Amino acid sequence: MFATPVAAQVTTAPAPRDPAAFEALYRARLDSARLRFTAADVRFMRDMIHHHAQAVTISQWAPTHGASASIRTLAARIINAQRDEIALMIAWLRDRKQPAPALHEMDGQLMVHEPAGDGAAMSHDGHAGHAMPGMLSDAQLKELDAARGAEFDRLFLTYMIAHHKGAVTMVDQLFATDGAGQDEAVFKFASDVQVDQRTEVQRMELMLGALRGGAPSR
Amino acid sequence: MTGSLFPRPMVRRSFVTAARATAAAALAAATLGGTALPAQSAPDPRVGLKAGLTDAGEAAWNVKRIASVAPAEKFVGSTNSDLAFTGQYVIQGNYNGWQIWDIANPAAPSLVTGYYCPASQSDVSVYKNLLFISGEGLEGRLDCGDKGPREPVSKERLRGLRIFDITDIRNPKNVGNVQTCRGSHTHTVLVDPKDKANVYVYISGSAPVRPAGELPGCSNAPPDKDSTSALFRIEVIKVPLAEPSKAAIVSSPRIFNDLVAPPRHGQAPADKAEVEKAKAAGKFVFEIAAIGETFVLPDAQARQGLEQMVKMRGGTGEPTAADSTRFREFVNKQIEGMVGSEGKKGPTQCHDITVYPALGLAGGACEGYGLLLDIRDPANPKRVAAVADSNFSYWHSATFNNDGTKVLFTDEWGGGGGPKCRDTDPKEWGADAIFTIGADRQLSFQSYFKMPAAQTSQENCVAHNGSMIPVPGRDIMVQSWYQGGISIFDWTDAKKPFEIAFHDRGPVDSTKMQMGGSWSVYWYNGVIVNSEIARGLDIFELQPSQFLTANEIAAAKTVKLDYLNAQGQPQYVWPPSFARARAFADQLERSGGLPAARLTAVRAALDQAEALSSTGARRRALTALAKSLTADAAGSSDSAKVTMLATAATELARAK
Repeated sequence: MFATPVAAQVTTAPAPRDPAAFEALYRARLDSARLRFTAADVRFMRDMIHHHAQAVTISQWAPTHGASASIRTLAARIINAQRDEIALMIAWLRDRKQPAPALHEMDGQLMVHEPAGDGAAMSHDGHAGHAMPGMLSDAQLKELDAARGAEFDRLFLTYMIAHHKGAVTMVDQLFATDGAGQDEAVFKFASDVQVDQRTEVQRMELMLGALRGGAPSR
Repeated sequence: MTGSLFPRPMVRRSFVTAARATAAAALAAATLGGTALPAQSAPDPRVGLKAGLTDAGEAAWNVKRIASVAPAEKFVGSTNSDLAFTGQYVIQGNYNGWQIWDIANPAAPSLVTGYYCPASQSDVSVYKNLLFISGEGLEGRLDCGDKGPREPVSKERLRGLRIFDITDIRNPKNVGNVQTCRGSHTHTVLVDPKDKANVYVYISGSAPVRPAGELPGCSNAPPDKDSTSALFRIEVIKVPLAEPSKAAIVSSPRIFNDLVAPPRHGQAPADKAEVEKAKAAGKFVFEIAAIGETFVLPDAQARQGLEQMVKMRGGTGEPTAADSTRFREFVNKQIEGMVGSEGKKGPTQCHDITVYPALGLAGGACEGYGLLLDIRDPANPKRVAAVADSNFSYWHSATFNNDGTKVLFTDEWGGGGGPKCRDTDPKEWGADAIFTIGADRQLSFQSYFKMPAAQTSQENCVAHNGSMIPVPGRDIMVQSWYQGGISIFDWTDAKKPFEIAFHDRGPVDSTKMQMGGSWSVYWYNGVIVNSEIARGLDIFELQPSQFLTANEIAAAKTVKLDYLNAQGQPQYVWPPSFARARAFADQLERSGGLPAARLTAVRAALDQAEALSSTGARRRALTALAKSLTADAAGSSDSAKVTMLATAATELARAK
């Protein structure tokens, strides 16, 4: 039922006492840990940046589109969480010398620029990304941007639920890929995305239930 | 001890101020004799500390760091995780295995054993000769090797619980492994007071479910489609102490079933005000208890709904109060119906479960909920209460106060890898939430506590693990905040928690967010032991202050444990001691529960009794003191504390 450990597991060799040598070893270990990633991990991180950017963009509409207080709170949390995670993903890519997209804000939208020369060159947030699970189409984005008040709330919840579920699907796909998710940072990040977004989906489904309840004619 | 510890007029006010005050502000308040200063008026010494792995700036208030040790060579650069304690040893998990330190001399911890066996998170627990280690990540191998299996399905992978025999502490032996569907993010060892032959381990797993090809029977389908689903349940492993190799899963309780409408608790004041305003304006307000959310229905929709109610009864004209009631019922039904039709809407797993066997209770921190569980039948925990909170993102862990009248849940917003203590992050997010536990075992929200010093965006920071410090008569806890350092706070008054001590370092890296800081910190037999993610192991001692006296610290040090696990809360029991009696006297000075002259007399009586060499004379002196204190209790504004002091004197009189 259990295997015998491979040998020589017990180790008491001390770390270097000299602070500079200790830090050099620490950095060397972090560097070698960064070599464990695969192409699938890189693809996942780059895709998820686009995915998150769209969530941030539409969440930023909440205050200007007459969203209710609870939707505004929800949107504020999504912005805070996913902006931090975008920063984490970009840092992850840069640490591994992988091309990392650039971000900029334009008309309240969070735009993602793929680095020049990349296959998906200049894919502004959206476009290339529509193939990812849960991403809103251009038509859906327009529809949501045009909505106000209760209609915005309803559409926001509907699309954000699908968007979050799409992120969970992306995590499932990652873990089903050979060699993927062995990088500690990717494993932790992807696992967190999975639990955080699934927890938020539960919350949003109940909120949407209340809204639907309020409109029996629909 | 003579004289006054606290200048009388400032005591109460300084405590109130300290609820949010910075260290400097609190100290300034003391010197100014109680002039209440605004919370942010002085710079917090934790703000702006210099970055560095080995030479970071440091700020400490009312604690002293007495030792820090770097990990052994094999563990450098790999995350240090949770701690477990047995006898004079502390066992420190690491993503590369675990290390056993001897802290018999806490000022000089020495490494006894490093055991290389990679897997995240390597959270550890101990019971007698057995050591338990969690494995969650895909890289974990059954044979502890360092080449993680690359295939999604592999017979060499270990995700679950490793069991080691540490009878020979320098030579641990792997005596069992239990594979689980979601691995083991962390785990809880439950020692059932009625079962001497077994211990139970509750497995918490938050990672994706393994393919059935790797571990037969694992299913990712919703439970209404597949009754064997690994979702929506915890796993209970029974470990026969005599034959740990026979450890196996004995049940998978679905403690979340039908978790659709826990009683809601209070919201943040701003939310409450908004709801009250909406109610006053005649708007439709729905409380969705299952998520702790209040929903104000937009006018147009309310109007539409009400008109529909009028139409449905075949009426015309303006909606009546009865229509309003019907509409409300209709909406509630819709919510319930929706929840029912899409299966269980509760959490699919717990992050942490803290068991408190002495009370037969556990606190489950389970995704969007905090649960109270009855664990008197260890293999079949039953949910007795559940709460949700719109300010909580991800319920992470639970800590009870010693008498079990309160429980504190933490929100690990962002998973611990995010910088959630910036000055722009709300104080209610990524914080602790404090609940009282009623006689009916229902939970009532009281307040939030968050480490108050703003941190940089280079520092991952959010509420994490900690433990109670056994100061008699008060509820004091030490807690990790990752790179926000450690914070020690008083939550005796559940509505007004306040910080009384802290330690913090600058970021691990000045250029970017690099994981670091305090993973977990616990009080163990007189010292505070900290697992620092990047830097190693720290040991601290409490320093006396106006918020915690030398007597209170000495009394805390009288409590001795044989072992301690992070998620197995022991009930602290104080042996009779003069320190404990003096601690109560100090607390009475603070609360004004006895007049100054009387306190001076009580302290003198304790000093005299301690100096008596004849046990008979000492007994008589203490019995007389206890009797007079019992008489004082009736007239005191803090009679409960006077009674505690009287009892402490009585117990001292009886002690050998």
